[in-house]
Amino acid sequence: MTVETFREPKLVTAEEAARREPALRRIWETPPGLAGWLSSVDHKSIGKRYLVTALIFLILGGLEAAVMRAQLSQPDMHLLSPEAYAQLFTMHGVTMIFLYAFPVLSGFSNYLWPLLLGSRDMAFPRLNAFSYWSFLAGGIALYVSFIAGRAPDNGWFNYVPYASRGFDPGVNIDAYALGMILLGLSTTVGGINFIVTLLRLRAPGMSINRVPILIWGTLTASLGNLFAVPAVTLAFVLLWFDRSWGTHFFDSSGGGQPLLWQHLFWMFGHPWVYAIVLPAMGIVSDGLPVFCRRPLVGYSAVALATVSTMVLGFGVWVHHMFATGLPVSSLSFFSSASMVIVIPSAVAVFAWLATIWTGRPRFTTAFLFFAGFVLLFVIGGVSGFMTAAVPADWQLTHTYFVVAHLHYVIIGINVFAVVGGVYFWFPKMTGRFMNETLGKWSFWVMFIGFNLGFFPMHIAGLAGMPRRIYTYPADAGWGGVNMVITLGSYLFAVGVLLFLINIVVSRFKGRAAGANPWDGGTLEWSVSSPPPPYNFALIPIVARRHPLWEEQLAEGEDRSSTNAKGFLLDHGRETLGTTPIDAEPDVILKMPEDSWMPLLLALAVSGLCTGLLLKLWFLFGIGTAVSLLAAVIWLWPRRYLSQVER
Amino acid sequence: MKAAAFLMPLLGLSVSAQASPLGYLAGSGHDAIEISRLIALFGGVSIAVVVLVALLLLGGLFRRREPDPAHGRPQRDEGGMAWIYVGVAATVVVLAVCMFYNLKTIAAVASPPDDAALTVEITAHQWWWQVRYQDREPQKVFYTANEIHVPVGEKVRFLLSSADVIHSFWVPKLAGKMDVIPGQTNVTWLEAEAPGVYRGECAVFCGAEHARMEFRVVAQEPKDFQAWAAHQLQPAPPPGDAEIQAGRLTFESRCAACHTLRGSSAAGFAAPDLTHLMDRSTLAAGALPNDAEHLAEWIRDPQKYKPGTNMPQVPLSEADLAAVVAYLRTAR
Repeated sequence: MTVETFREPKLVTAEEAARREPALRRIWETPPGLAGWLSSVDHKSIGKRYLVTALIFLILGGLEAAVMRAQLSQPDMHLLSPEAYAQLFTMHGVTMIFLYAFPVLSGFSNYLWPLLLGSRDMAFPRLNAFSYWSFLAGGIALYVSFIAGRAPDNGWFNYVPYASRGFDPGVNIDAYALGMILLGLSTTVGGINFIVTLLRLRAPGMSINRVPILIWGTLTASLGNLFAVPAVTLAFVLLWFDRSWGTHFFDSSGGGQPLLWQHLFWMFGHPWVYAIVLPAMGIVSDGLPVFCRRPLVGYSAVALATVSTMVLGFGVWVHHMFATGLPVSSLSFFSSASMVIVIPSAVAVFAWLATIWTGRPRFTTAFLFFAGFVLLFVIGGVSGFMTAAVPADWQLTHTYFVVAHLHYVIIGINVFAVVGGVYFWFPKMTGRFMNETLGKWSFWVMFIGFNLGFFPMHIAGLAGMPRRIYTYPADAGWGGVNMVITLGSYLFAVGVLLFLINIVVSRFKGRAAGANPWDGGTLEWSVSSPPPPYNFALIPIVARRHPLWEEQLAEGEDRSSTNAKGFLLDHGRETLGTTPIDAEPDVILKMPEDSWMPLLLALAVSGLCTGLLLKLWFLFGIGTAVSLLAAVIWLWPRRYLSQVER
Repeated sequence: MKAAAFLMPLLGLSVSAQASPLGYLAGSGHDAIEISRLIALFGGVSIAVVVLVALLLLGGLFRRREPDPAHGRPQRDEGGMAWIYVGVAATVVVLAVCMFYNLKTIAAVASPPDDAALTVEITAHQWWWQVRYQDREPQKVFYTANEIHVPVGEKVRFLLSSADVIHSFWVPKLAGKMDVIPGQTNVTWLEAEAPGVYRGECAVFCGAEHARMEFRVVAQEPKDFQAWAAHQLQPAPPPGDAEIQAGRLTFESRCAACHTLRGSSAAGFAAPDLTHLMDRSTLAAGALPNDAEHLAEWIRDPQKYKPGTNMPQVPLSEADLAAVVAYLRTAR
């Protein structure tokens, strides 16, 4: 193969592109079979894997919750031992927060980003594959401890000293640490990938103020995670030192500080909450307007609100610690800072309301989920606003009021947006519609079940019911409200089941959908459904925020070019690199071929970490050696992969 | 109409839940009353916001619209920014008022008073509460467990420390909660405004029996409280009949490693002080009612009623068990 150093990308017409499509397909297609599947670096298949894996974890976390709700349905039940209950509520929280809520959004973002941006893949496709495999390894590490008989049992925020070896011996907390380190790795490399993709791989003309809001959401989450994840990784490494080597970082008898854990955990934990909602809000900000037949009201305001929520989110972690005895002056600061987050949230809410009011809603299933989301967002938001008031929080914190709040945030803002997003983009991913009748049933059952099951949790909290109790005495007076919660949450589970059935049935029997079934305005709707392996035969040229709506919206003279004329890059796997702000064409980026190295590296790093945590030094040695080897092969310089100047 | 049908059961549920002995919206302590006002303000604003958004959303979904000139094709952006301007401006105003009231309430309830009438040290254990009444005169210091008596209308200061893991000290009807963290002494206070028995509980997950870590605060008129405190300083009465005498000997040989019972030789420090056990209404931090039958059941098999509790199953013959129960029944 000759090595190029300079080439001007060819601007060609649709006819010429059509002639080259078989060649492009050969270049980009992953070979069929298991080998191809395990070595694929295609962002679409990685995205779908993320989505399916996250939904499987959603089912597991849901089953754990269902057992807990049976135990709590009546006072003094003996279905579960206290220890079993502790493992279930811990694994439920860990699963939903780390193995469902964020990965499911990574799934959407991985699948959609290159399609939304007019690119052929993510900036680092092999890193993307590695991100998925290490997420899977982290998830498996956590569940292996479950199967081994003792899962983490100290709640998802794992406070010391209960998490220290003296109180909680066994591998369960070590397994949690291992899982979190692998997930942190996955999140970090994934975040880097999104950031570089945004800076480098937008279609020519897609300046920073023309990217969809989902891009803003994921970008903000990724940047936030780069700063937040090190705190939790550090916390778990220090905990490992304490547990395995007798250090005293968190041990007060040796001069350590239990509160240090809480600070490190929540410095990560609070930004993480925004990481699991901002991309979901992006899904709604992009999906809702399509069904209102108009662009989103206040694009710039919503984009800025997205970023400022995360910035503020780094200054509010102490609101998880209002009752820990910190000085009042510090509490007042963090209380006020937490309340200020109401303002960017209000921007988003009024933007959605105005979009619906001034638009012409079409009541598809996806739209119902997005519209329902708006109300649930507000309910989850105002309960957060209530707990931001320090004295109120001294009563509300550690009770079911907080349980209600966090479920309105994670189910209301994440799950409803995600399910709406699946109904919205399923035709793009599979070429088939999901069933609308079953879809509407799934919405109403989920919406009614959710509110019936989770709203009364506020009442239980106001009646003094603490979190994480495996049972309660009859004379506490919480029996009635708990029965309602259990029944409502089971109804919600039925709704989720209908949604899952709909996915499976529609995957095989759904009505065929064209390239643009909802008449959407952004680039992903300009390619066939499902998209070809190379996404775009012609790299589009973008002149507006909604390239496919330009004729109707008639904003100014410039027109985007999708499918008619664009850059054809076909000397191997290639895509166009553009400048960070204005998206001027800059270089031709050579993209890597499929590779086994991401999978191998993820396995080796898992072995390395397992060896380290369990003091299996042989495993640690092999893991380290194979990690280094895999990294060398991965990074081995190949001249044909060097960038080409234009 | 539909909304009413939905709201009525909700209201019923709320009312029944507030009848709970742990419901704090109807408080009886200085802090709890101040805080319930703050919760009422924030909760009222919250409900108003949710109702307003719901109405705007329903209006947006179902309002009458002119025939569509674009025939379903997307339409030009015809503004809507006014929604954001007005909405955010209104939000900022309401928020500012709420923030002010928040800071005002913090000032009213946060700082422990310097002029507290009484200081009580609490040491939280997995899963019970040790209580030590401070006094300037050392001979007036005494211990008890799981039941805290306080005088009505007086500020009581609590010094909170933990013997093991993190717990949280919470008497919902009297005041907000304060975490109990190893290695530091947190300070909180409360003031009961009416006599009564107020339930308290641990609020931070602290291990298997977190759910059974209750305590009670008994608020009494000051003179009744003084009488109670004076009685607590007394040892338990000497044994009367032979069975009680035998029970005391068994207690001293089998239970004294952990328990103290003043008036006997038992002086263990790992478990609740039982000197005036019969003055308390529950056993094992609220796990069982305190009567002869449950006391015997509890000693026979603590793990059955509180799986994971640190109290071991002490092998006792039925006769020994009956004697120990008979002896403990005199500890008042």
